[in-house]
Amino acid sequence: MTAAPAGSLLAATGLRKAYGSTDALDGAEFSIHAGEVVAVMGPSGSGKSTLLHCLAGIVPPDSGSIVYAGRELTSMNDGERSELRRTEFGFVFQFGQLVPELTCVENVALPLRLTGVKRKEAERTALHWMEQLQVEDLGAKRPGEISGGQGQRVAVARALVTGPRVIFADEPTGALDSLNGELVMQLLTEAARSANAAVVLVTHETRVAAYSDREIVVRDGRSRDMERIV
Amino acid sequence: MSIGHTLLGLLEAGPRHGYDLKRAFDEKFGHDRPLAYGQVYSTMSRLLKNGLVEVDGIESGGGPDRKRYAITDAGITDVETWLSQPEKPDPYLHSTLYTKVVLALLTGRRADELLDTQRAEHLRLMRVLTTRKRKGDLADQLVCDHALFHLEADLRWLELTAARLGRLAEEVRR
Amino acid sequence: MSRPRVWTRDLGMGTRFAFGGGREGWIRTLLTGVGVGLGVALLLISTAIPGALTARYERGDARSTMHSDTADAPGPDTLLYARIGQTYQRKDIEGHVLRAEGPHAPLPPGLKKIPGPGELALSPALDRLLKSSEGALLRERLDGPVSEIVGDQGLVGPGELLFYLGSDTLTKNGPDDHRVERITSFGYETDRDTLDPVLMLMVVLTFVALLMPVAVFIATAVRFGGERRDRRLAALRLVGADSRMVRRIAAGEALAGSVVGLVLGTGFFAVGRSLVGSVSLRQRSVFPADLDPAPWLAALVAVAVPAAAVAVTLFALRGVVIEPLGVVRTAKPSRRRIWWRLLLPLVGIGLLLPMGGRGNNHGRFNQWQVSGGVALLLIGITVLLPWLLERFVGKTAGGPVSWQLAVRRLQVDSGGAARLVNGIAVAVAGAIALQMLFAGVEGDYTESTGQDPSRAAVAVLANRASDARVDDLARRIASVQGVTRAVALTSTQAAHGMPAEEDTIQVTVGTCAALGEVATLDSCKEGDAFVLTGPSSTGIYGGTAKPGEELFVGNVRRYASEPDDRPGPVKWQVPAGARTVPAREDPSGALRTGLLVTPSVAPKELGDFPDAKVFVQVDESGPDALDRARNAVFEADPLVTAMTLRHSTQAAGFSSIRTGLFFGAAAVLVLIGGSLFVSQLEQLRERRKLLSSLVAFGTKRSTLSLSVLWQTAVPIVLGLVLAAAVGTSLGAVLMSMAAQPVRIDWPSVLGMTGVGAGVVAAVTLLSLPPLLRMMRPDGLRTE
Repeated sequence: MTAAPAGSLLAATGLRKAYGSTDALDGAEFSIHAGEVVAVMGPSGSGKSTLLHCLAGIVPPDSGSIVYAGRELTSMNDGERSELRRTEFGFVFQFGQLVPELTCVENVALPLRLTGVKRKEAERTALHWMEQLQVEDLGAKRPGEISGGQGQRVAVARALVTGPRVIFADEPTGALDSLNGELVMQLLTEAARSANAAVVLVTHETRVAAYSDREIVVRDGRSRDMERIV
Repeated sequence: MSIGHTLLGLLEAGPRHGYDLKRAFDEKFGHDRPLAYGQVYSTMSRLLKNGLVEVDGIESGGGPDRKRYAITDAGITDVETWLSQPEKPDPYLHSTLYTKVVLALLTGRRADELLDTQRAEHLRLMRVLTTRKRKGDLADQLVCDHALFHLEADLRWLELTAARLGRLAEEVRR
Repeated sequence: MSRPRVWTRDLGMGTRFAFGGGREGWIRTLLTGVGVGLGVALLLISTAIPGALTARYERGDARSTMHSDTADAPGPDTLLYARIGQTYQRKDIEGHVLRAEGPHAPLPPGLKKIPGPGELALSPALDRLLKSSEGALLRERLDGPVSEIVGDQGLVGPGELLFYLGSDTLTKNGPDDHRVERITSFGYETDRDTLDPVLMLMVVLTFVALLMPVAVFIATAVRFGGERRDRRLAALRLVGADSRMVRRIAAGEALAGSVVGLVLGTGFFAVGRSLVGSVSLRQRSVFPADLDPAPWLAALVAVAVPAAAVAVTLFALRGVVIEPLGVVRTAKPSRRRIWWRLLLPLVGIGLLLPMGGRGNNHGRFNQWQVSGGVALLLIGITVLLPWLLERFVGKTAGGPVSWQLAVRRLQVDSGGAARLVNGIAVAVAGAIALQMLFAGVEGDYTESTGQDPSRAAVAVLANRASDARVDDLARRIASVQGVTRAVALTSTQAAHGMPAEEDTIQVTVGTCAALGEVATLDSCKEGDAFVLTGPSSTGIYGGTAKPGEELFVGNVRRYASEPDDRPGPVKWQVPAGARTVPAREDPSGALRTGLLVTPSVAPKELGDFPDAKVFVQVDESGPDALDRARNAVFEADPLVTAMTLRHSTQAAGFSSIRTGLFFGAAAVLVLIGGSLFVSQLEQLRERRKLLSSLVAFGTKRSTLSLSVLWQTAVPIVLGLVLAAAVGTSLGAVLMSMAAQPVRIDWPSVLGMTGVGAGVVAAVTLLSLPPLLRMMRPDGLRTE
């Protein structure tokens, strides 16, 4: 087990996680600095989503250490991790993440509302981020009434709305065509950079990974940091 | 890439000096390999000979580099024909990479790692292109995207090849 | 292809989907089947009940002697007959004593021959009771040899306790010996009176109130698994089915469920029917054979239920466009309008109100008007609820995130939520109305009798007992183990002259101890006499006399028709020392007037006293004392009635009906809760990915659980409020129809709404484990 590189915002070492008899992670490592975009690549089934889930505190690893801003994630309980996810992290998934009954602006405001912000104020902040993502016109619409690319941009706005320090994006362009995929990636990385948020970007597309500063490859549950190798 | 047709196309916007032509070419298409002066002059004289361009005027002080070229009607037709004709599909065998993967598998090395290394190298270039694309204008974006898609295609082909050959090698070894 | 063939093909395909959809398909079909089945069973029962009631009445009439042909003198075809009903351990036993006076004496139905002297013919249930250890004491009373078991045609129900006792001592002394009748035939033919209007109202209402939620439920049941089915139908469109085809296929699925329901329902009915014979509700039981639905009604049910299922499905799909890529509810559903929704319940009330107060004076209710009014009022709930829900969630904005999630969800599909709750609301409203009506009518019947069982547990009433026999009876009873006291009072009438004046004087004879039961005596010794004060009781004894007056005592009202073989009245002087004392209610609650005399100064040579009473006090600590005393009475004279004294008359059998109604309604609610749960699960499964991602960005599990709770609770609470309102107003209208003072029966309102709330809680609790499971990050995995 190697120590996490100094100055990293989020770092994990020796992560192991098994689902039943299959090892999803087998000693994976990871680190990211503030404002950095790191792509996690690898073939399907390699464990990249599991790595993201562990890093984000969605699932606890079987063993290993995850340190975020000096705090050990593995020793937190579910409530503490949930709070961390609400306040410090943001999430973008491939699809199916917007609540279909809520309007777009309500969807974006949702994480703020979860932290106890008043409805009016939350929706004002939400509109600001929707402007950044160029979807401010969609505020009153429901997710069923907008296109997939617009939906992803709304989701990105939602991920950014709490001012998170780390954004976890799991195949954010997976369901989009090239043009919309490019747009989402461009807006996501720009917004993250200007907010000095780190982005953990899980993707199997090299073109999407090209928006990152560096990439790590996950293969059979083990990670390779390509920057240190090349 | 046909340099002749490209220069003809640049002339369609209006008459230019040879030097201007080279600059415009480099700016738009020659990011990786700038055009040599000599190549411009030889191409232009061939086009002149074929009647596709004509000399619009020569600046005082003379010299071959002071000629201003304009496209002829025949030249416009030629550009049109070129644009409307599909390029011959290129098998585009990436012979070097192919050779590497096959060699790796044959010598019992992991094709995965070769692939990762190659991807890292590709990504390095792709990042540069992505950054340029983000900062550049529409033309930049188009050109960069073209290169990016090609690089990505290389990698995908490489991944597939490695996966297939890996399985094949396993079967052979079994 | 011809139209019928197209229909057959598509319905058949739907049927295959209903059964071939794997485990989930089966569960859905089975659930639909159980729901429809319960409805079918209820329908079959309700079609069978009129026949069952008729059969009961017919057999009851066949053995009745109420209007039998009688004879004045013994003949070859006469039978002496008396009813000697018994009580044993709070059970009433129907008893008859028979004595054939000739070879052609009529035979009661169900008997092969008249039992010989001392022999008993028993109903099967009584036979079982006598043979059981429970019936040990009764065996001492009915100790004769059993000549035969009464056949079913002689019984009203299988659980009926009935015996015929043969006798060779039964006599009829005169026409006013009304305990004994000389009859030449059993049974009579009458046009049966129509039911008591209030009872009729209850029967009609019970069926309407129970069948309505079943109908609503059947309509909901065939829509189980709607979302999944929608997707399947969309897939069928994708492979080329046209929109009419998929509708028919959907109808086929519903048809399959309803056919399963028919089979299950027939099964439920058969099981229920076979069980009904062994169930006695307040000593009333029904022969399984009597519970026989009229064939044409059963056939109607068998045709109507599947047809209704198909119709409901087609109707439910009318606003739905099934496209190859998914199901679209037609654009924006137009805003629900209120006026026609209010019209239905208003028309219902309008139908019911004009019938107010008719229950009292034996007016008739128009059955169609009653059922129509009740049905309209209850259907009114199903149309008002969606509107109410839409309005409610439309107006709500603020509140915590869980509330926002739930309300938004309801805004998108308030119709679906309302549909599920409609059944609950209708069932609760009907049950509340019925409970109110039953409680009101019950209040009428549960009245204090004025009897004081602490002073005497049993009052033994004997007609025409000589004083010697009464004393003997009292002594016999007093000697029974567990009996602490038995005092005898005989009474006769007196008049100032002959013929007797209008108000005759009651003369009560008894020992000092016995007289103390009917008057407040400071002191009393043998030889005393008293004049009673106190309000004059109604009836024939209204007069009184002064000490020293001369009276005629005994048979002072001789009837001209009577053969004069009985001693006439005798002259008697009221003892001059008779003191005036206040009367006191006797243990049976009666207040006497007239004179009280001790035996030594009583008039003599009177013959039989027309009225004799023995008040029996028992030791309550021994449970059998009461029945031992009854045994002693029966042994002394079977014709003597032993009346058990009670504080109040029993709740007229409604308490068990009300309990039954409560549980029936609760069962309907649980069933509907089950369907709520299934649709909840379906919805959760659909939203698995969404739930996982919500948890990923830090939504508390409690927030999501709460939103599930709100989502169920909001429509149900609204439904229950509406149901309570409609139910109590329906109950009030019905009570005014039955001429009852309107009063809300809060326990039943709270009870029913409580069960409804319990169903919400249970559904939410049951949804929690799958909800928590679906919130796991597995749902985030890309497929």
